[in-house]
Amino acid sequence: MAEKKLAIIATKGSFDWAYPPFILASTAAALGYEVQIFCTFYGLQLLRKKMDMKVTSIGNPGMPMPVPMPVLMQALPGMQSMMTMMMKQKMKSKGVASLEELRALCIEAEVKLIACQMTVDLFDFSSDDFLDGIEYGGAATFFEFAGESDICLFI
Amino acid sequence: MTNFDQELDASGLNCPLPILRAKKALNNMSAGQVLSIIATDPGAVKDFEAFAKQTGNELTESREEGGKFHFLVKKG
Repeated sequence: MAEKKLAIIATKGSFDWAYPPFILASTAAALGYEVQIFCTFYGLQLLRKKMDMKVTSIGNPGMPMPVPMPVLMQALPGMQSMMTMMMKQKMKSKGVASLEELRALCIEAEVKLIACQMTVDLFDFSSDDFLDGIEYGGAATFFEFAGESDICLFI
Repeated sequence: MTNFDQELDASGLNCPLPILRAKKALNNMSAGQVLSIIATDPGAVKDFEAFAKQTGNELTESREEGGKFHFLVKKG
């Protein structure tokens, strides 16, 4: 059985949106896929040495709230951190893996992580901000792998 | 009671952890050996079927007992 390939573009940098790339990549790797995640724009947050992503209900009417809350109140200082903390607690109580754990599993399973060089420069990041051992490349780098992939996801 | 070579308790863990832990355990086993898995995530039932189908390992048992899901996976 030839090894299947999964190519993911991760473009979101919020706590909740960081989950799909890591869950799919780690699971695919466990199923025997060769996996690459190309992180661009806000998706670069997935590669930070210390991940500190937040979840917000602003502009996200689909997010279930423990208590109904007017939108303006959701925008008050500290609300985002509080929501992130509550989400983390909820996930822990439900046995959902932390992002750190999923990322470590991806790395252990040799999922290749690639930072988009153009957006690294755009946001004035330096390679010190990111994990050691990741690669840097552009759109052509992505297509080299994506062009041969069986599944290609834009997240 | 069915025989198995190794046991994995994935109780309380949610998708995709039971699969990932099982994969890790299977990596350290040899072909023909059987891994017993206990999980509480209802999604694991379909997931272990799919996992077995895609990885060439055999799901020899899948049953529910007292709110827990028991699986036997024979390494291919």
